[in-house]
Amino acid sequence: MTSAIDPARFADLQATAGADFVVELIDTFLQEAPGLLAELRAARADGDADRYRRAAHSLKSNGNTFGATALGAQAREIELAGLGEAAADVARIAALEAEYARAAQALRELRDV
Amino acid sequence: MSERGARLLVVDDNKVNRLLLARSLELQGHAVTLAENGRIALERLRHEPFDLLLLDIEMPEMNGIQVLEELKRDRQLRDLPVIVTSAIEGLDNVVRCIELGAEDYLHKPVNPVLLKARIGASLEKKRLRDQQKELVRRFATREVAQDLDASGFALGGHRVQATAMFSDIRGFTAMSEQQPPEEIIDLLNTYYTLMFDAISGRGGVVNQMVGDGLMAIFGAPLPLADAGGAAVQAALDMLEMIELYNREPDRAGKPPIEIGIGIASGDVIAGYTGTQQRATYTCVGDAVNLAARLEAHTKSVGHAILTDAVTRRAVGDRCRIEALGTVPLKGKAEAVEVYSVIGGQKF
Repeated sequence: MTSAIDPARFADLQATAGADFVVELIDTFLQEAPGLLAELRAARADGDADRYRRAAHSLKSNGNTFGATALGAQAREIELAGLGEAAADVARIAALEAEYARAAQALRELRDV
Repeated sequence: MSERGARLLVVDDNKVNRLLLARSLELQGHAVTLAENGRIALERLRHEPFDLLLLDIEMPEMNGIQVLEELKRDRQLRDLPVIVTSAIEGLDNVVRCIELGAEDYLHKPVNPVLLKARIGASLEKKRLRDQQKELVRRFATREVAQDLDASGFALGGHRVQATAMFSDIRGFTAMSEQQPPEEIIDLLNTYYTLMFDAISGRGGVVNQMVGDGLMAIFGAPLPLADAGGAAVQAALDMLEMIELYNREPDRAGKPPIEIGIGIASGDVIAGYTGTQQRATYTCVGDAVNLAARLEAHTKSVGHAILTDAVTRRAVGDRCRIEALGTVPLKGKAEAVEVYSVIGGQKF
């Protein structure tokens, strides 16, 4: 299995924002992302297309910031697809959550180096 | 404002994006304020000055497109440079932002080097724009500057009801030959300051200054209720100010300044004349010529303020006005009724 975080992209982030700041940024992301995933599920349950797209959009954007390439790509797919057939959407969200767990773990390791 | 140390407002609903962008900008030496959505951003923009806005598109409550639309409608804010930073999908959204006046678009995650270059360019453009506005403010009246700002520059005019006023200092040429140049410039500056105060205090606009003479318009570029009355009141204020000035201690021993004022009302054509490169806001028409003639005539009759029949009727009995009968004036086929406004009374 490939790493959840693209090392080159992550190194770029550290170089431009500063390694200490990236530690803070990871903490912020780990605090915020579960809320965004919950929002995605809630928007799916409410059938709210705007909130659904926005939550996916935010996760995509944050994933790409840290070099969480797969997380970013999956979130992008959800953003572009929008609300669809419920079962398929829920499956996509579940896959996204799994990828998030992987990325979060990798980020924790990078943070605690 | 230098390129460094600009005041930037970052608007993004996502905390990670907000913090990261703020970090990049702070490392570049800027002062950064954060807002979580468009509504909060607009509130901040209306309460404190910013040099540049970095705007996300996808946001709850009020999105970036709505912010751009609001800014475009707002005269105070429409020149604020905006750089859109977004990970939004679809070229049409980017196009829409540019159409709505965004300076630039940066895709997220934002490349810091590109960000720095774009911000530098935007701030430089803003600096030039501010400089230009400052120049307009200095060389045009506030009203003309606002008119230019609101409707843009176009040669050509429109017909309006207005009152024209001409004023100059009696015997100024002789005076300027007897006094040192510094004193004359000093005198002129004081004179213009006083006259501008009197005229703008009554809603008039000084649109020409030549030597010791000035032309003012009441009722253009902005309409003015009772333009004739306002002009006569301004003239009385001007006389009073000159009187006070003559009594100042540092004028002691010097010959008192006397001014003559001509006022006439009617249909005039107001607008910008000149060329695309060099233009001035002016008024032309019978009333303007008549006001100039009346001002010249003050010297012959020894009255300080002369006016025409139209203005006289507009003033009514609010002020003492003496009829001087009909007088043949240069450039006028028929003799015109001339009235003298008696000083020392206000209405």
